[in-house]
Amino acid sequence: MTEGGGVLWQLATGFAAISLIAVGGGIAVVPEMNRLVVDVHGWMTDARFAQLFALAQAAPGPNVLVVGLIGWQVAGLTGMLVATLAMTLPSGLLAYGFSRLRTRLAGSRGLRVVEKGLVPIAVGLILSSGLILGQAAASGWVAVALTLGSTLFVWRTDLSPLWVLAVGGTVGALFL
Amino acid sequence: MPPDTPRPTVPQLFLTYLRIGLIGFGGVNAWARRVIVEEKRWLSEQDYAEVLGLGQALPGPNALNVAIQLGERWRGPAGAIAAPAGLFAGPLVVLALLAMAHDRWGEIALVKAVLAGTAAAAAGMVIGTALKMAQKLKPSAPVLAVGLAALVGAAGLRLPLPAIVLGLAPFGIAAAWWTMRRGERAQ
Repeated sequence: MTEGGGVLWQLATGFAAISLIAVGGGIAVVPEMNRLVVDVHGWMTDARFAQLFALAQAAPGPNVLVVGLIGWQVAGLTGMLVATLAMTLPSGLLAYGFSRLRTRLAGSRGLRVVEKGLVPIAVGLILSSGLILGQAAASGWVAVALTLGSTLFVWRTDLSPLWVLAVGGTVGALFL
Repeated sequence: MPPDTPRPTVPQLFLTYLRIGLIGFGGVNAWARRVIVEEKRWLSEQDYAEVLGLGQALPGPNALNVAIQLGERWRGPAGAIAAPAGLFAGPLVVLALLAMAHDRWGEIALVKAVLAGTAAAAAGMVIGTALKMAQKLKPSAPVLAVGLAALVGAAGLRLPLPAIVLGLAPFGIAAAWWTMRRGERAQ
């Protein structure tokens, strides 16, 4: 592992490029990240990459922060900041520009239809990510019961979902 | 625009998104909806779903795209910086600590068990959020069909997300157009 400007530059350019192709979200480009980190630069093994990914999933916050962990692994705190900025800045500027454009077009009928048309895809994809996470977490009937119970709780009540997470952690400690 | 409260100030945006980031287990979108739509009432269910849809169609992390768009919409450039800064600041600190702790304690059985239980509950939270949104948005039949197609494509067939978003967008737009036309004729 080489320290210094070379590696930071590779982190910055690599993730900046990935940022701009990540249609559908950061998780969509995990295979591309894997290729960059493991195959192209050899910064870590496949197993280590999977471990970092699981860690980022378990922690709170945007799942895309796995890039911060990759940066950390490669070049410490500076690496974490450089990788995170590279992954967020290019697409962020694009989102900002789009938002400005949207204000100018406000009320345009065409824009309204496009916005409404993307809604079912957004909801369908949330449901999918829940199901995929649930499948990954389904280590046995206790875990499945936790997922089902928490689904009902969040769907049918307006109480804070923090309750089900706390129960989940406690049940996990006792039974998993 | 906001249903029944005034638009948030820049510090409110930062602090609210800081909280969303720190409690955002299982992905941030479900939590952002919970806080912004249910708790703060800054957006209606429909408005939030629309911003999220745009956030997914634009490249980049979609929770970040939502934060930037909402920040810009409410408070211009300052808001567009405050919201994402809050969203990332807390989790980055947590992750740095976790990265250090994980190397030391990651293999302890109890830590793994707590994480496994939390992950199972967080999955249910994400599913429950999607069901709640679908119920409140009351989609017409063609719109519902597009949503189900996205579900089958992503969870069933495991197609790449760009293919789903770009491939289904024309159908979603057609379904929305049909629904709007029908609503106008009924009036």
